[in-house]
Amino acid sequence: MTELGLWGVPLAMLGGAIRVSTPFLFVSLGECLTERSGRINLGLEGTLVFGAMSGYAVAYLTGSAWAGVGAAAVAGILFGLVHGLLCSLPRVNDIAIGIALMLTGMGLAFYFGKPYIQPVAPDLPAIPLGWWSDQSQVQAALRVNVLFVIGAVLAVAMAWMFRNTRIGLTIRVVGDSADAARALGIGPRRVRILSTAAGGALAGIGGAYLSLYYPGSWTEGISSGQGLMAVALVIFARWSPINCFWAALLFGGAGALGPALQSVGVSEGYYLFYAAPYVLTLGLLVATSSRTRALTGAPGELSITK
Amino acid sequence: MTAIAATPSAPPVWLGRLARRAEAVVIPVGALLVGLAAFSLFLILVGKPPVTFFQLVAKAGFGTSFSWTNTLSRTAPLLLAALCVALPARLGLVVIGGEGAIVLGGVAAGAIGAALTGFPAIIGIAFMLVAGAVIGGLWIGAVGYLRHARGVNETISSLLMAYIAIALMNHLVEGPLRDPASLNKPSTAPLDAALRIGDIPGLGVHWGLAAGVLACIAAWVLIEFTTTGFAARIAGGNVRAAEIQGLPVGRLIIGFCALAGACAGLAGAFEVAAVHGSANGSLAAGYGYTGILIAFVARQNPLAIIPVAILLAGFEASSGLVQRRMDVPDATVLVLQGFVLISILASETLYGRFKIFDPARWGGEARP
Repeated sequence: MTELGLWGVPLAMLGGAIRVSTPFLFVSLGECLTERSGRINLGLEGTLVFGAMSGYAVAYLTGSAWAGVGAAAVAGILFGLVHGLLCSLPRVNDIAIGIALMLTGMGLAFYFGKPYIQPVAPDLPAIPLGWWSDQSQVQAALRVNVLFVIGAVLAVAMAWMFRNTRIGLTIRVVGDSADAARALGIGPRRVRILSTAAGGALAGIGGAYLSLYYPGSWTEGISSGQGLMAVALVIFARWSPINCFWAALLFGGAGALGPALQSVGVSEGYYLFYAAPYVLTLGLLVATSSRTRALTGAPGELSITK
Repeated sequence: MTAIAATPSAPPVWLGRLARRAEAVVIPVGALLVGLAAFSLFLILVGKPPVTFFQLVAKAGFGTSFSWTNTLSRTAPLLLAALCVALPARLGLVVIGGEGAIVLGGVAAGAIGAALTGFPAIIGIAFMLVAGAVIGGLWIGAVGYLRHARGVNETISSLLMAYIAIALMNHLVEGPLRDPASLNKPSTAPLDAALRIGDIPGLGVHWGLAAGVLACIAAWVLIEFTTTGFAARIAGGNVRAAEIQGLPVGRLIIGFCALAGACAGLAGAFEVAAVHGSANGSLAAGYGYTGILIAFVARQNPLAIIPVAILLAGFEASSGLVQRRMDVPDATVLVLQGFVLISILASETLYGRFKIFDPARWGGEARP
């Protein structure tokens, strides 16, 4: 254990970044998809928590972690549909509805999740990328969950979709100008509802990762604002799925800083290190925002950047 | 025009105004009822009788003088937390991180109060309340500054700052400000008995309630009857127009946010000085989040906040009894709040849809 010494910190942070970043990755990809269609969904925080609960419950009841992931995705679709449908009504504010759905998702998750705080559900499988090393720390740091790999592939696939496919182009047009979309014969409302539902599904999967792999059990404090940070992350990533991947790793690294330092015995100011991802998010938000010009790459119809 | 107005059969103008006022009451109340109905349906689906639920809430929240005391004690921080959302909302800002200002306001009051042991009560309490308000004001004022100077979205920044504030509180209460005697629950040093804020005579509720009600009335006067409030409403309607008119939009944004944060910080200071007696983790009790709901249900009207806050406080006060009697989790109140909030927000789409509320129909001016 000790022969790694201080090298343990960067190693633990790399491992931690990969572990912690996966929910960020999924939520931000979902949020990216939704925002590209011109809506913003702050309710993904609630979707994440409900996905964690429902994924854990279904995995426990069926004995299959993948059934849990599927259930979380379905729950996410339902939350996304509610958001998408309500925000299609004239004069209904998507940010406010997002806050309401965040509260509702957390309330429902805590309500139905009470019986699942004790039992143990099966874990998601991990790929041991550290097999070449005989150091247990290295092996532990490089155990990569399958969902992380899926998320990385999804980021590339989504970037390709936006650039090269008819669906991607449709979403982009709707997000940039509803009028232009209508002129092309595309119904913006339907595209936005579907994009929000798909985004919700991804957030639900991100939640299932939390409860089924890391930290790997269902508790009420399982998400501390990761769904909301993902909204800021998407702004930082300039609405590009590939950048979402790198940004998620960065945020994951910041989130892993506190535990990594603690693992080598630094416990002074633990709570301040715990705040690192929020400070980083805020700092990046301040650095990349501007009072006068619209953000480059921002979808034209997005309320948050207007 | 004059000829028509002079016709004896033309309906009087006040009816039109009344219709518009009625719309602003009927739609939110209707939406509240729809939200409660949806929640009842939820209870039926999970096999719990909704009638029992509401009976228990009525009894434990509003049934006896003891339950009223309990409800009104919870109302105090909720009034101030709701103002933290309602004031910036006048400028079109959605600030949802009031919890951060509450928490830090409480820590500031706790730290100052612990340092002022032996001071005369009046001075000590005044310092604590001012410290809470100032720290809260700076915290949310910073949100306003970032919004104005850098265009940072206030919803996200205020929420991130709430998480930072809670981490800061944990750090301070576990570290530099910790009273070594607080073993199980890290806290700041307990306040001198003289520095504890007592109850309003004859009511059994601490003075925070009076402060909250006064703050709501003051906020209402500020928004409805002052030039500043008028300027804020213009800026909230259209920033560009306000800038062209030469209104100090930046100062308005930062000022209203700072005022909002001061309210929340005051709520935290009262929680420490009147309820907990020291600053600790209990400060992050979620009042800031309930405040969001109250402000939206009250449609950001400071006077309407008072009855809505009492209603919500009653729901929260009855939560314990409901849990025990109906065997439901404590999150039931959260589900209720979520359902009501969704219903209220979705009802925004109904304004102007009902002909009966159209002032033109009643002889008033047509809707703008």
